[in-house]
Amino acid sequence: MSLLQVKNLGVSFATHDGMVNAVNGVNFELDRGQTLGIVGESGSGKSQSVLAMMGLLAKNGQPSGEALYKGKNLLTMSAKELNGIRGDRLSMIFQDPMTSLNPYLTVERQMTEVLELHKGMTRKQAKKRAIELLEAVRIPEAARRIDMYPHEFSGGMRQRVMIAMALLCEPEVLIADEPTTALDVTVQAQILTLLKDLQRDFGTAIVMITHDLGVVAGLCDNVMVMYGGRVMEYGTANDIFYQPSHPYTIGLLGALPRLDHDGEALMSIPGNPPNMANMPKGCPFAERCEHASQQCVDSLPQLAVSSANSRVLRACHKPASELIVNANAEVANG
Amino acid sequence: MAENRKPILSVRNVKVHFKVAGGKDWPWTPKKTLKAVDGVSFDLYPGETLGVVGESGCGKSTLSRAILNLIPATDGEILWMGKDLRKGSDKDWLNVRKDIQMIFQDPLASLNPRMTIAQIIGEPLRVHRPELSGEEVMKRVRAMMVKVGLREQMINRYPHEFSGGQCQRIGIARALILEPKLIICDEPVSALDVSIQAQIINLLKELQREMGLSLIFIAHDLAVVKHISDRILVMYLGREMELAEKHALYDKPAHPYTQALLSAIPIPDPKLERSKTIQILNGDLPSPINPPSGCVFRTRCPKAVERCAQEEIKLHAVTAATQTSCLLV
Repeated sequence: MSLLQVKNLGVSFATHDGMVNAVNGVNFELDRGQTLGIVGESGSGKSQSVLAMMGLLAKNGQPSGEALYKGKNLLTMSAKELNGIRGDRLSMIFQDPMTSLNPYLTVERQMTEVLELHKGMTRKQAKKRAIELLEAVRIPEAARRIDMYPHEFSGGMRQRVMIAMALLCEPEVLIADEPTTALDVTVQAQILTLLKDLQRDFGTAIVMITHDLGVVAGLCDNVMVMYGGRVMEYGTANDIFYQPSHPYTIGLLGALPRLDHDGEALMSIPGNPPNMANMPKGCPFAERCEHASQQCVDSLPQLAVSSANSRVLRACHKPASELIVNANAEVANG
Repeated sequence: MAENRKPILSVRNVKVHFKVAGGKDWPWTPKKTLKAVDGVSFDLYPGETLGVVGESGCGKSTLSRAILNLIPATDGEILWMGKDLRKGSDKDWLNVRKDIQMIFQDPLASLNPRMTIAQIIGEPLRVHRPELSGEEVMKRVRAMMVKVGLREQMINRYPHEFSGGQCQRIGIARALILEPKLIICDEPVSALDVSIQAQIINLLKELQREMGLSLIFIAHDLAVVKHISDRILVMYLGREMELAEKHALYDKPAHPYTQALLSAIPIPDPKLERSKTIQILNGDLPSPINPPSGCVFRTRCPKAVERCAQEEIKLHAVTAATQTSCLLV
């Protein structure tokens, strides 16, 4: 049995404009030591799907489907039972290190609280363990700095404090929601190296949410590409990067300015992301897709095994073989 | 690259210092000096794009604002077409701002929410070209909207009705309407999604070719900067680390900071990304109130020697294409 198994996960919000389906039909499995990357642009539903698993949706949000942690459904669990698991077995690193720590409490209090609750440690034991973790994430002079308040740390250090806090109970699953987006590249490199080391040492499974395809390339085994609340393509990192077979994935990779080769114009995706309150009945990407046909506008393509590669799932009416040829030709030209 | 051409903008040893009070100071304690930009010099030629990169707090935005006198420079010279702007009167500035325009980072926050698109894009014309009739202004606004890829029918809408990418197009239209010679772009795409970012970069390049613009392009994303720039200036803690032509900078970075910065960028290619060695910089950025002596990068530099703490080096040429401020190269 997989450590984490997500089946047909959906999230909908009751808004003034009616029900908005922010996430539809997300499926994945995650085992010990694996890393899954969820990629997509703003509004693609990548954050909402993991917030649903952690029971952190806004009040008007309603999850559907199943998110099984060791066979137990996180979505239907009582708050008490969920509190026993999250922060302990499942933990999360949030995007914004500036606003995710409590400014009124010292780092020591915020960290020891977790251990006292989940592990029943005394404050003294907990502090010792917290200092160890801060040292593991390379906070200099951890024993002295632990008594400081969050505002006394720099952005990169606060993010490291958050990571240390997420790892306090040695979780089996770590969910990282854009953990490095707010950071400079040199700090990002520090944090990513740290995550790789921790995964190697503790065998933690990681769900990495990001819009940075470079981060995914370095860290993830499997990649899920989301757009308009739906999964567009799912496969191993190598398949997604070297043989993308969905027009959106191809567009996303083409739109990236690259350091490793020179191209003249970037391949941009025309148009704007769809309005979630008013989703088209067909493929959400159809109106921006250069390959779109009438069928794409009329009916929603289902996520299915690619005809060209059995390890890849894709949601597109157009046969994969036609698109892969195009993508390779574009890379060769670029 | 262009010794025979005259630079349109020359920045000479520009410094921007702020007086700041320390957190635990008494009200009468003398204020400390924060050196946001400390002695930056460069030339910009017509039609050229200069990329300015560096991490947060390196002074790249302050530098751009100092050029436009939005934050007055403390010292140094800013020569626009050979004339020192720092000695200019308000009237001189009004003339200069016709030629130098700016595009800001946050597309929505930089547009007045109570003005329509027609008013926003037309405002520079009403200030700088009061002789134009209302009809003529509207005609030019419409033409400009088409040029930046906005539909003419949107002319009476308000900023909140647009997406981030569209707002950035409005910002670009507003900057271009006076047909300036130089546009300073302060992180124009960092708030946008990848697919929209590519649209805006392509648009800027296209307009630059069409109108013969010079650009100063500020960003923290080195891949974006590489794509758009001819030459690149790398800043760290208010100082220049390296100024080089694009290919020279990416193929053979001279300064250890540039090397570390380049190695830290994730490459969207699993095999390359997993096999490369990243030069991790230890520690955090020092405080600009109390910067290290000598070379400001020495506290985190893997190659630092004793001399680095004593000697402060200005940019010097190492090859025809590269200038660096590292004394070891």
